Amino acid sequence: MIPELGQFALALALMAALVQSVLPIWGAARGNTVWMASGQATAVVQAVLLIFAFGALMHAYIVSDFTVLNVVENSHSLKPMIYKVAGTWGNHEGSLLLWVLILAVFGAAVAVMASNIPMALKARTLSVQAWISVGFLSFMILTSNPFERVFPPPLDGNDLNPLLQDFGLAIHPPLLYIGYVGFSIVFSFAVAALIEGRVDPAWARWVRPWTLAAWMALTGGIALGSWWAYYELGWGGWWFWDPVENVSFMPWLAGTALLHSAIVTEKRDTFKAWTILLAILTFSLSLLGTFIVRSGLLTSVHAFAVDPERGVYILGLLGVSILGSLALFAWRAPAMEGGGLFAPISREAGLLINNLLIATATATVLFGTLYPLFLEAITGDKISVGPPFFNAAFIPITLPLIIVMGIGPHLSWKRADLPGVLARLKWLGVIVLVATLVAAWFAEGGPLLAVISMGIAFWLIGATAQDWARRAKLLEPGAWARIKRQPRASHGMSMAHLGLGVLMMGAIGASAWKSDTVSFAEPGTVVPIAGFEVEFVEVNQVRGPNYIAQIATLNVTKDGDFVTQLFPERRVYPVAGSTTTESDIRQTLAGDLYVSITEPASDRAEGLWTLRLIYEPLVNFLWLGSVMLVLGGALSLSDRRLRVGAPRRAAPVHATPAE
Amino acid sequence: MNRLFFALPLVVAAIIGAFALWGLSNGRDPGAIPSALISQPVPEFTLDPIEGVPTPGLATADLKGQGLTLVNVFASWCGPCRAEHPVLTRMSEQQGLRLVGINYKDRPEAAADWLEELGNPYALIGADFTGRAGIEWGVTGVPETFIVNNAGIVVHRFPGPVVGDGQRRFQQALDTAKAAQ
Amino acid sequence: MRRLALILCFLASPVFGVEPDEVLDDPALEERARAISAEVRCVVCQNEPIDSSNAGVARDLRLIIRERLVAGDSDQEVFDFLVARYGDFVLFNPPWKPSTYALWLGPFVILFGGFAAVAVALSRKRGAVTEGLSAEEQARLDALRKKT
Repeated sequence: MIPELGQFALALALMAALVQSVLPIWGAARGNTVWMASGQATAVVQAVLLIFAFGALMHAYIVSDFTVLNVVENSHSLKPMIYKVAGTWGNHEGSLLLWVLILAVFGAAVAVMASNIPMALKARTLSVQAWISVGFLSFMILTSNPFERVFPPPLDGNDLNPLLQDFGLAIHPPLLYIGYVGFSIVFSFAVAALIEGRVDPAWARWVRPWTLAAWMALTGGIALGSWWAYYELGWGGWWFWDPVENVSFMPWLAGTALLHSAIVTEKRDTFKAWTILLAILTFSLSLLGTFIVRSGLLTSVHAFAVDPERGVYILGLLGVSILGSLALFAWRAPAMEGGGLFAPISREAGLLINNLLIATATATVLFGTLYPLFLEAITGDKISVGPPFFNAAFIPITLPLIIVMGIGPHLSWKRADLPGVLARLKWLGVIVLVATLVAAWFAEGGPLLAVISMGIAFWLIGATAQDWARRAKLLEPGAWARIKRQPRASHGMSMAHLGLGVLMMGAIGASAWKSDTVSFAEPGTVVPIAGFEVEFVEVNQVRGPNYIAQIATLNVTKDGDFVTQLFPERRVYPVAGSTTTESDIRQTLAGDLYVSITEPASDRAEGLWTLRLIYEPLVNFLWLGSVMLVLGGALSLSDRRLRVGAPRRAAPVHATPAE
Repeated sequence: MNRLFFALPLVVAAIIGAFALWGLSNGRDPGAIPSALISQPVPEFTLDPIEGVPTPGLATADLKGQGLTLVNVFASWCGPCRAEHPVLTRMSEQQGLRLVGINYKDRPEAAADWLEELGNPYALIGADFTGRAGIEWGVTGVPETFIVNNAGIVVHRFPGPVVGDGQRRFQQALDTAKAAQ
Repeated sequence: MRRLALILCFLASPVFGVEPDEVLDDPALEERARAISAEVRCVVCQNEPIDSSNAGVARDLRLIIRERLVAGDSDQEVFDFLVARYGDFVLFNPPWKPSTYALWLGPFVILFGGFAAVAVALSRKRGAVTEGLSAEEQARLDALRKKT
């Protein structure tokens, strides 16, 4: 009964979305306030219905209702409860339901929370949001019904993949979706603004918190995915430039550019068309991600099982929403420029360079990801574009960006005093340069690029810290009061920029100075790595809830002194018929000692274990930096200017006609 | 000019969309890898016969000047090979084609039993225990079937079992090769 | 088609990559072998380097790469050997050739295109705001307006 109610709720939600997609925007065109206001009610109704539908599916998973096909295919009665719950979104249908749920919740949030936004803009935004809802709800109801029944019901389910039974992976998709789908609100705002034909600083300020929230979730989602790959897949990698990773990275890049360009629109009433374009592109890239993951257009190590028919449907949805919004942009945006002028050396110019470089990086990743498809369509040749290309193309674009990032916050709006700023940063520059040279000398022919990049990371951290200290006048009395008085958004910026510097250190350290060994081991084997000696002591068999594990005991010593014991596992899941490797890691800020065991592939190594040791210097800086990025976003989001006050649209007198 | 400038994103998105549509259309397999051997001479290799099977071994020279030849890479541990076996047998008999085999990474006893059970349509079989000859042929998995012409040039590579729709596509390639002969 | 578990290629048998018995005694050669195999795409398991793949063919290829290095091949000769058998598809680092000129030049074109667009946009804006329309431009604008 409950699954049918869930399905009914889906259908009702589609109705609500249909009404919402027409009525408010029509009301806005006619000046009918009742119609405009209806959007708020339907948005809330939609969200409530979808929460119910999602709850119904989750209930089916929790009670292991094997009359529901989706549960049969993705769950098992023996599975730990938390992974039964997570199984709700660990598959195509369920994750799509989560996708539309988040879409509706964001819509409802705009309806309820954004009380200071002019009624017409809000009505149009909610209608645009409903267009997306209609598209994806109808897609789900027509092709991917999560509540489909199966008769006769099987005795038990087919289990969720043991590799996916992991806490990190359980919360990775929801976070990623909040990020992806959160940008839909920004997209809807942008399309509504294009329809209205008006973008001004107030608009930019209304959009900013939504952009920030989505950006934070996406940052967290990507970092979690990377972290999961790092410790669960068991080979110490955290980024592979795989198409599926790239499609989550592109909206992040575009969203980052959007955050910065929206600031310029907000403060200086310029970059308007560009900000609108970024808002559209960010969500378009999110949609592209959804499409590529589910259509099997590109081959990837991680993807949902594919169905070209569904792919065509999603492509149709994408075509309508992306091409439609970009056509609207081409039509309305030319009338939108104007606004504040600025000198070639100014905060605006700095942000312009930032946007130019980030946009180039985004376009490069997109181009490299799709190039094999282009080439195959034109010549029939199949090639691979892998990490060497992306590293070669991405790093040279990023390094100048990071250098500018150190200087940017020191520049003032409109016209900045570059000699003054450079004089201020002179000592930092000299120190970083000397340190880099010394490090290069010590690295002795080690990867020079890594040493230089490390220097640039230090530059960013130093310059950001200096900017923050200067604003707070840290050395003068009353610094704490000043820090408290300053807008949270500016602390957020400093925190996020510091975070990126820290993240960069982790990325460089873990890729340039990583060391690994692989050897056969039996009790008594000692393997040296990165200054440690690792002794293979013994292997014990242990029973888990739905698996059997072989757990090895390893003693780690350094110069004869005991450091720690590590317990890597090899698990066999009899129901799923698969095995997983649970690595064990000694985590320190200096680096991770990463150990894992597997059965040897060669049959000549009977009775031995393959022992893999990896030392990843600074890898935890990656996660630390990611946390700082999210924290920076949170600080900015908590800025009271974003919540109350200012977002009152300036009187029309000020709103100079475009052109 | 200005307008064109603002229409650029639309144009780029439409182009990407067109490629994506192509990518989803008519049974394109994104995982398929084209063979590097097409129009190339048969690679250099020499394989001994399977131990305990009377059929002689296979080497590069055996594939030149012998008319159209099908080179089938098979193994007893491979399920789809079992499925395509009768199809290939019938094809070679009915169309008078020379069929030779490369027994890929197989234990000799298992291969001998397999041929005993299903019949042995192969004129020659090379035992590729190490899989090295397979790499020379650019094999990515079993089964795989190559069409080699009279001059010893590889004209077609067919990955996967020759059954069902695969059989139809394979026959098409075969007809083309015959016509070119 | 209905089975829609997340498919991870690693799942097939999550062993991973280089085995101890493959490792060469000469650390310099071994390092080169690792570097090469990190850039060779596995032909069975999609989008994974053979260095971290557990497919049988990947292991064979790793062994062959080491054999050839021991026999004195240069890195390029090893890559050529693989390309001759499996095509450009196996190279994660696309070679510089006519079909990839666009790929390698793309980022430069994008960057310079971006710079040019920004330069045009800024200069136009400056011109528009500080100078307004010249008499000639005004005339052309009027002419255009009449047409439409």
